Amino acid sequence: MKMDVQDSMVPVPFRIEKVRRELSDTFTMELKPEAGGAFRFQAGQFNMLYVFGVGEVPISISGDPGESGVLVHTTRAVGAVTRAMGQLEVGETIGVRGPFGKPWPVEQAFGSDLVIVAGGVGLAPLRPAIYQALANREKFGKLVILYGARTADDILFRKELERWRGRFDVEVKVTVDRATDRWAGNVGVVTNLVARGGFDPMHTTALVCGPEIMMRFAAQALVKRGVSPAGVYVSMERNMKCGVGFCGHCQWGPHFVCRNGPVFTWEEASPLLAVREL
Amino acid sequence: MVQIDDLSRIIDEHPFAHGMDDTLRALIVGCAANERYDAGQYVLREGGRADKFFLIRAGAVALEIASPSGAIMVETLSDGDLLGWSWLSDPPVWTFDARATQLTRVISFDANCLRRKMDADPALGYEVLRRFLPIMAHRIHAARMQMLDLYGPGPRR
Ligand SMILES: Cc1cc2nc3c(=O)[nH]c(=O)nc-3n(C[C@H](O)[C@H](O)[C@H](O)COP(=O)(O)OP(=O)(O)OC[C@H]3O[C@@H](n4cnc5c(N)ncnc54)[C@H](O)[C@@H]3O)c2cc1C
Ligand code: FES
Repeated sequence: MKMDVQDSMVPVPFRIEKVRRELSDTFTMELKPEAGGAFRFQAGQFNMLYVFGVGEVPISISGDPGESGVLVHTTRAVGAVTRAMGQLEVGETIGVRGPFGKPWPVEQAFGSDLVIVAGGVGLAPLRPAIYQALANREKFGKLVILYGARTADDILFRKELERWRGRFDVEVKVTVDRATDRWAGNVGVVTNLVARGGFDPMHTTALVCGPEIMMRFAAQALVKRGVSPAGVYVSMERNMKCGVGFCGHCQWGPHFVCRNGPVFTWEEASPLLAVREL
Repeated sequence: MVQIDDLSRIIDEHPFAHGMDDTLRALIVGCAANERYDAGQYVLREGGRADKFFLIRAGAVALEIASPSGAIMVETLSDGDLLGWSWLSDPPVWTFDARATQLTRVISFDANCLRRKMDADPALGYEVLRRFLPIMAHRIHAARMQMLDLYGPGPRR
């Protein structure tokens, strides 16, 4: 299902097929269009999800871009709309507009090492890129996934991270900000992992998603290691209304995040991130 | 002599010593020793006299603070990291526990020996401090980021 611009303002009803509680405040929903049909998207794109009677929010797609039969979103309940979304149950309806936005440049990264740096729920918008990279594993050099979470109990997609780490062709490193002595893994910020990751900075594309401060310092650590600022990509979040570049709500310097982003190169993003309250 | 040569080569491979000139390296090697710690063994204890520092060759070390509900891990260090700068402060007292979480091999430096050489040779003193400072600055920055609790609840960060 691909909508044209006129249709893009009208939410399409999707049925909630499955709800999985990932963490205390984070859940994944699997959706199917009530009218039937497929949903195609590219890794890094988002939908505007409408909780009827409450409101609409942008949420990245967290499923497999190679699988068009089901639409997957992973959401952290932080406010009015996302909390109401978390109350929805299997069989209920949610409105969907999209997919919108510029994707992660996974195909452009063919031939180089691919480094994924995620923090917190920022792993969700990156998961489609990981699926796509794994489906095309032979087209990359090293595939490195670096993930930072608050505590061991806040690790998103834990089983999948363990599965990926079990492969011989993926390096997965996880770190948490705080831990007790029962945790046998890394403790410290995710930027520490950047300094240790086994990739060739001169031939690396890096995809970074998480809280803005984390993205800023992760991108700086990547550039410090020698990755080109044009090869580092971040996914920006700004409040949105239309999602298609009409209303100006998501304006960020010269960009509309919904249309020119949410994925930007570090070259584009870094001068703007240095400006306060933009 | 073979042992000193070996130590010198091992130190040279550690990021801490990258680009260090031969004379200075020869001076610090005289204060160095090879050590190993088994998983679970403490490398140093909070409150103890800080009379050493360590270059981690291989393994992992957790920095911990004891609390009534058990140890809280504040950071883990691994291959290529430096452990311990309390020997530079006055009084030289460890402010954390450091526990090997797996078999860990380190080069340890006798701080008294090194301090004597640094006092006698300000160029060595400057060189050692110049190598410690960026690591300390990086760790302080990382600790601040951890304090921000970036992934916690509350307003968007
Ligand atoms: C392109 C894009 C993709 C996104 N993808 C995802 C995703 O995949 N999963 C997901 O959970 N969220 C995602 N978000 C963020 C999501 O859109 C917001 O969390 C949501 O709009 C909040 O709406 P609300 O009504 O629930 O909360 P509001 O009532 O708007 O906000 C309530 C409180 O939550 C805080 N808050 C708002 N947004 C965030 C945030 N992003 N992180 C932390 N705190 C926040 C506010 O500061 C406020 O304190 C994305 C945003 C954009 C722009
Ligand atoms: S949300 Fe309307 S222009 Fe981006």
